[in-house]
Amino acid sequence: MSHSRDVLLGLAVIVLVGVVSLRFPGFAAPGSLAGVFNDSAILIILALGQMAVILTRCIDLSMASNLALVGMITAMINASFPAFPIAGLIVLAILIGGLLGGINGLLVWKAGIPPIVVTLGTLTIFRGLIFVLTDGQWVNAHEMSASYKAFPRAEFLSTPVLSWFAVLTIIGMAVFLTRAPAGRAMYAAGGNPNAAVYAGIDTGKTRALAFVIAGGLAGLSGYLWVSRYAVAYVDVAGGFELDVIAACVIGGISIAGGVGTVVGCVLGALFLGVIKNALPVVNISPFWQLAISGAAIIIAVILNARAEKRPGRLILERAVAAPVANVSRSSAAQRGADSA
Amino acid sequence: MNEPVVNESVQRMIPQRSQGSFRRLAGSWETLLIFIAVAIFFINVQASPYFLDPWNLSDATFNFTEKAMIAFAMALLIVSGEIDLSVASIIALASTAMGFALQLGADTPLLVLVGLGTGLLCGAFNGLLVASLGLPSIVVTIGTLSLFRGIAYIVLGDQAYSGYPDSFAFFGQGYVWWVITFEMVLFAVAALVFGLLLHRTGFGRAVYAIGNNPTAALFSGIRVPRVKFLLFLMTGVMAGVAAVCLTSRLGSTRPSIAFGWELEIVTMVVLGGVNILGGAGTIPGVVLAAIIMGMVTFGFGLLNVPGIVMSIFIGLLLILVIALPKVLAAAAARLK
Repeated sequence: MSHSRDVLLGLAVIVLVGVVSLRFPGFAAPGSLAGVFNDSAILIILALGQMAVILTRCIDLSMASNLALVGMITAMINASFPAFPIAGLIVLAILIGGLLGGINGLLVWKAGIPPIVVTLGTLTIFRGLIFVLTDGQWVNAHEMSASYKAFPRAEFLSTPVLSWFAVLTIIGMAVFLTRAPAGRAMYAAGGNPNAAVYAGIDTGKTRALAFVIAGGLAGLSGYLWVSRYAVAYVDVAGGFELDVIAACVIGGISIAGGVGTVVGCVLGALFLGVIKNALPVVNISPFWQLAISGAAIIIAVILNARAEKRPGRLILERAVAAPVANVSRSSAAQRGADSA
Repeated sequence: MNEPVVNESVQRMIPQRSQGSFRRLAGSWETLLIFIAVAIFFINVQASPYFLDPWNLSDATFNFTEKAMIAFAMALLIVSGEIDLSVASIIALASTAMGFALQLGADTPLLVLVGLGTGLLCGAFNGLLVASLGLPSIVVTIGTLSLFRGIAYIVLGDQAYSGYPDSFAFFGQGYVWWVITFEMVLFAVAALVFGLLLHRTGFGRAVYAIGNNPTAALFSGIRVPRVKFLLFLMTGVMAGVAAVCLTSRLGSTRPSIAFGWELEIVTMVVLGGVNILGGAGTIPGVVLAAIIMGMVTFGFGLLNVPGIVMSIFIGLLLILVIALPKVLAAAAARLK
């Protein structure tokens, strides 16, 4: 069912590219499309992390702040110790990001605080810590070592390393979520937490793991973002957490948990990436972007709701008018993750 | 491993208010907030000699009155189990609409009408999507968050509207008596109206019922979609009111106006003891949370603490205040 949805979304992205290339034929050229993919790489990586969290009926609003904090830490280390190897820096970024995600996970798992409250808090705390760390100072391009800045642009098989990170994340998450027991547990923990517990799945631990994964990917994105744009400051990626959630929603990841595919998630991110890259090409002011992605989210939610009719709700739908089932479903989404 | 399952379904089905220990906790929540407020007040008085100046205090209220007006309506919405993340974008759109009307030669009463009307329409749009179509409000309002502010950006781009008439300045800059601003009066009236609505009317009881169990509420004859629609409408209108005040206070409109307020408003509501999962919360709690956040911001400001450091404090306060009762309850359970 959700596969046909992925096909439709894929078609929508192709149609979008087609419409743009009517105005500007060069847009559909392989090189240009590879550029769009490279430009969407960070959004794809973050959206896949967010997807793991949303699958377990949670939400992570702190991803962009996590990205900014870790990005700043890598930039400061690089500025102070230019000899520190880039590979070590990337591992460190993933570890620190995972640690920050682990804080979210522990608060959700052990303290039983709703994820939206936890990550609302850590969203402001992480970003505030950047200021405490730097006193509001920027780390500028000339303070970063050449290898730090060059790495995401370096080409392997004539494709930038940045794109390769996205490809590896896509493959990794696809294998993890469809083949690994811990990945399947995420669908179970979000789809039906009660049944998951009876099946021997520790939903709390699964949720915490999802937050660690999201945090690790946010940390990785932190290095990629700061090195790509060659500047680190307090407001890096401000408000980007909503773009990430938007990519997931457009990609058909149900906010009620348990539903969604890696392919859909990547297409959702690409959809936003194509729009962002297409607007200047077709001479539409970039100020339209926000409204367009807003409209896309709303349309996607309406379509998702139609695709998500669950057999388990059938009794309610028959007993009363259709809106009832909808009400209980939306409240289930609202209740998010209160099993702990 | 079987026990957690039972616990979860019990929590969902039985209103938490009927549990004796929770009622005591809820009763002490406002008490806890009062203690925090008094403590912060005295710390502030100790920390800065300028804190107790009536005019300073009066100025300080501006940093929470507008947000609090929306927070009251948001409190009802969250008690009912929904949320509206688009409120700050409604402010941006309403403010842009007022600026647009100004260009067309609208006078002050018409400007106010345009601001409130835009809020009403935005609230109705959210309400339609959530209440009538049954979509999850958190996603819908993330969508309208982008959409509403996006329209403001399309209209204004990098431009700004300014040149609002002098008579329009009263809403955000006017004083009713001595240090009492017009916004303070609005804040008090809004607190009273929403407090009475939630705690003293059948509508308010319906809001609690829906938040605790929407299905049971529906079977007991509550028109759930209608109540939810009205709640979104009210939140939209209050965002319109805040837009009038903020636009009047700043004297100009940019599309980035009130950016990020939605998270501060939700923080205020949750800090006020409203359960983010719905079903519990009080307006007096939200009033106290608004005052606490206002005093923290003002006190830190007097000490030249940068705004972003204050936000760390607010973030920690949010997590600690929510975690504390749970940790204490767990400790108490272990003692038994």
